[in-house]
Amino acid sequence: MPLIDLANPTRFLALTARVLPWLIGLTVVTFVGGLYLAFFVAPDDYQQGATVKIMFIHVPNAWLSMFVWGLMSVAALGTLVWRHPLADVAAKCAAPLGAAFTFLALVTGSLWGRPMWGTYWVWDARLTSVLVLFLMYLALIALWRTVDDPSRAGRAAAILTLVGAINLPIIKFSVDWWNTLHQPASIMRLGGPSIHWTIQIPLWAMTIAFTLLFLALHLAAMRNELMRRRVRTLRLLQAQGARV
Amino acid sequence: MSALSALLVRDVRVALRVGGGALAGVLFFLAVVVLIPFAFGPDLALLQRVGSAILWLGALLASLLGLDRLLADDHADGSLDLLLMGRAPLELVVAMKALAHWLTTGLPLVIAAPVLGLLLNLDLDAMAVVTLTLAIGTPALTFIGLIGAALAAALRRGGLLLPVLVLPLTIPVLIFGVAAANAAVVGPMPVATPLTILCALTLVSAVIGTFAAAATLRHGME
Repeated sequence: MPLIDLANPTRFLALTARVLPWLIGLTVVTFVGGLYLAFFVAPDDYQQGATVKIMFIHVPNAWLSMFVWGLMSVAALGTLVWRHPLADVAAKCAAPLGAAFTFLALVTGSLWGRPMWGTYWVWDARLTSVLVLFLMYLALIALWRTVDDPSRAGRAAAILTLVGAINLPIIKFSVDWWNTLHQPASIMRLGGPSIHWTIQIPLWAMTIAFTLLFLALHLAAMRNELMRRRVRTLRLLQAQGARV
Repeated sequence: MSALSALLVRDVRVALRVGGGALAGVLFFLAVVVLIPFAFGPDLALLQRVGSAILWLGALLASLLGLDRLLADDHADGSLDLLLMGRAPLELVVAMKALAHWLTTGLPLVIAAPVLGLLLNLDLDAMAVVTLTLAIGTPALTFIGLIGAALAAALRRGGLLLPVLVLPLTIPVLIFGVAAANAAVVGPMPVATPLTILCALTLVSAVIGTFAAAATLRHGME
């Protein structure tokens, strides 16, 4: 089904009503499998002991914090360039989810940092840039919430999202330069991953599970938002009718 | 081109005359710098060490203060609509407005910086370097702020939203501005590295800021 067919909200609602239960089921199955692998198959680290399990929550959340901004950037292009009617719905619903995943990444990282680095928080490059990402999510949500007209807010938020997408690498690079302690990338890197497969496979499973969770929540949030907009339109029409 | 230069002259004149915000920014800058010793205690050695960072922070906050006026006044009295409909390219128009805004709010901060440096016990070298980095860096702050000002004008909501939107984007400028200033005074690294990156940030934000602000105004106003 081409993307343009989904421009019709009714068709989108009908399609997602069919897809969503399967997606939720798949999410639950992947979570059960991923958690089993993480807790019973993956060995404890010889140095970190059981705290290494935090990684199976932390890494997927950190991945999603960036993935969601990427998705919002694509949606922003959809709003500005192709004027896809669902693009700003997608962007609006992704922002709180992205903020939540970023927050979880920060919290789990902080809890992991306490036993490993001896402190909950350090002004390290990676932590700081994720914190800035979190602030930008919050700013974006604030922008969405200040304007009542959805399409006007959508275009403004789309521009801020794209500016943020350009700025995030700059911020990342500037704080990298500023101070660093966090380990370098260990999965996506040249010369193959540096993690043993018994840990890597559960990690992938958990990452897929969290991504599916995001997709399910996102679709459900988009359905809610569409219905909310319908209610808003009906109310406006009703108010106009009452006046005439 | 004459339309653009006329716009520049007009904006500078408006800012300098009654109700202009040029002096208010410098006063705020002064107030922030005066507050710092009350918080840290009058330890001259400490102030000297953090002086350039404080000057940068004060200038950053002071430049946020005037952003509201960048487009909001023109939007309120309708001249922004005329500019939007005019023949001059909107990107250049907003760039001119940002330039006028910098000349009337950013430049006074740069000029005030050495004087305020005295209060923070900075020596002459440090003062010169901080002033130089501010001269290079504050245009970046204005251009980044231009995006926020355009969003605020398009959404008819300014107030607290504007600094919240703009502040996270200014972090790189702050980092490299302070790094360059510190490198010249104490740091082991050469000044040239952070200074060139600061120049690059200013140029990049001049491009991103003007295009994003113009796009915001085009999409947001109707």
